[in-house]
Amino acid sequence: MRWAEKMRMRLQMLMHRGREAKRLEAELQDHLEHQIAENLAAGMGAEEARQAALRSFGNPTLLREQARESWSWNWMEALVRDARIGTRTLLRTPGFALTAILVMALGIGANVALFTLVRSVLLRPLPFENQNQLVEVFEARSDGSYQDNIVAGGSFARWREQSKSFSSLAIKKWIEYDLAGAGNQLPEVVGAEMASWNMLPLLGVKPALGRFFTAAEDQPGANATVVLTWGLWKRRYGGDPGIVGRTVLIDAKAYTVVGILPAWFRWPDAKVQLWTPLYHERSPKLMQMFDAHNFDVVGRLRPGVTIAQAGGELNAVQREIRREHPNGPVSDAVNLRPLVDAETYEVKTGLYALLGATLCLLLIACLNIANLLVARAASRSKETAIRTALGGSRIRLIREQVTESTLLSCASGLLGLVFADGLVRWLISTREDIPRADAIHMDGVVMLFALAAIAGCGLLAGLIPALTSRDTKVLTALQEQGRSHSGGRGRARLRQTLLALEVGLTVVLLIGAGLLLRSYQQLRSVNMGFATHNVLTMRMNLPKGSYSTDAQRVSFFEQLLERVRAVPGIAGAGLTTNIPGEGRDWDDVFTIHEHPPLPQGQVLDALTRFVDPGYFAAMEIPVLEGQGLDASDRLSAADAVVVNQELVKEDFPNEDPIGRHIDGDVNFPGKSLRIVGVVGNTRDDLAHDPWPVIYYPLYSGQRGVSLVVRTRGPAAMFALPVQKVIASLDRNLPVAHVLTMEQVIGESTVDARFDATLLLAFAVLSLLLAMVGLFGVLSFLVAQRTTEIGVRIALGSPRDRIVRLMLGDGLRPALWGLVLGLAASVGVTRLITSLLFGTQPLDPMVFVVVSVTLLLVAAVACLLPAWRASRLDPIVALRSE
Amino acid sequence: MGKPNDLVQGTLDLLILRTVAPEPMHGWAIAKRIQQISHEVLQVQQGSLYPALHRLEQQGWIRAKWAESETGRQAKFYALTAAGKKQLEEETANWNRLSAAIDLVIAGA
Repeated sequence: MRWAEKMRMRLQMLMHRGREAKRLEAELQDHLEHQIAENLAAGMGAEEARQAALRSFGNPTLLREQARESWSWNWMEALVRDARIGTRTLLRTPGFALTAILVMALGIGANVALFTLVRSVLLRPLPFENQNQLVEVFEARSDGSYQDNIVAGGSFARWREQSKSFSSLAIKKWIEYDLAGAGNQLPEVVGAEMASWNMLPLLGVKPALGRFFTAAEDQPGANATVVLTWGLWKRRYGGDPGIVGRTVLIDAKAYTVVGILPAWFRWPDAKVQLWTPLYHERSPKLMQMFDAHNFDVVGRLRPGVTIAQAGGELNAVQREIRREHPNGPVSDAVNLRPLVDAETYEVKTGLYALLGATLCLLLIACLNIANLLVARAASRSKETAIRTALGGSRIRLIREQVTESTLLSCASGLLGLVFADGLVRWLISTREDIPRADAIHMDGVVMLFALAAIAGCGLLAGLIPALTSRDTKVLTALQEQGRSHSGGRGRARLRQTLLALEVGLTVVLLIGAGLLLRSYQQLRSVNMGFATHNVLTMRMNLPKGSYSTDAQRVSFFEQLLERVRAVPGIAGAGLTTNIPGEGRDWDDVFTIHEHPPLPQGQVLDALTRFVDPGYFAAMEIPVLEGQGLDASDRLSAADAVVVNQELVKEDFPNEDPIGRHIDGDVNFPGKSLRIVGVVGNTRDDLAHDPWPVIYYPLYSGQRGVSLVVRTRGPAAMFALPVQKVIASLDRNLPVAHVLTMEQVIGESTVDARFDATLLLAFAVLSLLLAMVGLFGVLSFLVAQRTTEIGVRIALGSPRDRIVRLMLGDGLRPALWGLVLGLAASVGVTRLITSLLFGTQPLDPMVFVVVSVTLLLVAAVACLLPAWRASRLDPIVALRSE
Repeated sequence: MGKPNDLVQGTLDLLILRTVAPEPMHGWAIAKRIQQISHEVLQVQQGSLYPALHRLEQQGWIRAKWAESETGRQAKFYALTAAGKKQLEEETANWNRLSAAIDLVIAGA
């Protein structure tokens, strides 16, 4: 009751403030008239009565103020008043206001954008129920040599059988299918996941339409079934619900559509367009092997079971598997990661480094603005002193200062949000490797972060100058203003401290950026060992349906190469199962026929490539010994292989490899293939030394190949002519990933380039800010010491001495900052070690270059004010008093 | 004499609440009534009266209504609310206890 009454009162005071003020006025007037009437009744004259009444009434303004103070919302009125004063002050110096707003908007915007990314990618849970129970399981080695190997089918089967920690364990593998055209739709290659039937239920997904796979459908002999994603269903089948139960052609075979995934489901990423049952798609033999590592395993922990417990249990199972299979690449340990973590640990360090950098940038921006405000406070110290003398409270003055900086930060925040939105869009479009990029957007939490950033900036930038203004000694301030020769030494020292901090932060950023840039440069200058310029690549999969025999496929390959090589402007063409530079994507174990058996537990391992005879010439990979593959190595007659230098170095030291035989049981069971030649090394991962490679004859029959074409002139120009050639051979054959070799390699360096460029951009920005700060402080110092300098010159001090004096004043904070920054960098750069390539955290070159750059920039920033000081006309300087 | 400053802290509130308890009154009348009843001992100054009235109103102990006063002007008539009545009882009890205690001390000395 009472509470409601109070609320009603408050609301009234808020909504009808103007009316209440008028009423107060009327009330007081009424009182006055009563008094006059009483005075008249007591026998006074009209004028006398009025005067006496007014006299007894006292100061009406004060009375009004006192009455108003008892109203609620008075604090808000004060706030509005402060804001109005602040806006007016800022509008009086639009240049300053605009600079400050822009600088802070950049800082806030960059921070909000990076935070959005970090939150969406690293912090926000997956859209699955009880997602903290979800883990990804990897094979690992107990000696720690690798932690995140993909899993063999046999190991998974054993885990599922023996482990009790999981309520469900599921397995999947990425694949590309040809989706045949219905009607006049073009055939296309779609990304897909083959998964055990329990994968989707394990995640807690419910079908939007139809159902998911049954256990019976996840068997080798079952009818072929498929689940479509929402996107594919809408795009390709027009969202027709009748598609459920009908068949679609996948790799030229009929698959029955059993269900549609909900629209929100985009896991592992948006490239996955359909799902098939894994055990139907892959041979039972593969699913029982312990040494063929192919799959991703996801598990849901039973309630109450920790990752460590589950890991301990699976480790024991895997150790036992290794004991049973001491030969071959069989792992002896496992590694469990939370599912969110497993997807993001590769981009984590980079993103956190960038977020750290933006925080530094924001801090620098704030310090800069604080610095500018200190300068303004200094130029207004006379006003402040007078107000203090008249009884203005210190709190009130601080409040005004903070209100002013908060106004600035609010405006910056608005602008910064616009900027952040653009930045987020740009980041997403540039970084395709960011997991779940489609889930990135600014939400309530991001807005809270933005608000916190705005409030923090306003407080920081406002409190520093406000708290350090020592205007309690009013008299000194007033006197100091009278003579401008030594004024505000305290303020100058404060500004120099702020500046040293700013420079220090800048140095840290510059060094971080320098290290990343150097890594990127090292990556780019690596000799790949094959033609990278003017090379076009594209991928195709010969469908099992229309190319059922090896002979059919080989004849297609031969015709294709013949026709492509005949296209004018094409210098060479070849076919390979794996494009170099794409990373370590296919490796197998082998033995050397002539060598004695290896000790137990050791295996030889090499990347597996199937190439056509013209491939080495097309890619300009030199044949160093022996010869390349021959067109006669075809079909069942294929019995020659070519190896690379690295394999010779590792496995044939002091021995001629030519004529030795490779037993490659995985791809050619029971067959020994003769080594006919040795070719140069190629780098398949930029950041890794070349791996050993075995090149097998493609004409033994393969389905999925990449065409590589070396061209005379820009490679991209040849994409269409080559595709036309393919269409002339088989117009239903879809072609995918048409890329130049630069793009292929570029994709693997995009992280490094991205992190380096962005960090560099931040560093340059902060260098600019620091430069502006230095310039501002020194100009301020010069202006303050005009008289002193005038006196010095008048007394005969040489001009270059004045320059030196002023330069020293300006460079001192820069030097302090440099020392501070270098010291901090030694600690901070350790954190980004994992992002570096071909350089160490304490790369002396980077440290030297950064120091020199910083000193040069600082000198340039200080030179102009110092020079201006030396040009002072002493007469003018002294007269300006 | 009898300046509000000399009144015990919070006494003005009690006086106002007590004065408006029988019937709604405007500011001038409240001041006059207090003066009359106290035989001109207590003179409430405008400088204290109006801030106090507004404070009591914000607290929800009295409620203001606009009506025509005897001068023919629109004036604010203050009336006691239910919460105000309770407050008045409390403060009266307090006051009685306090003044009785003071009497005892004075008589005993």
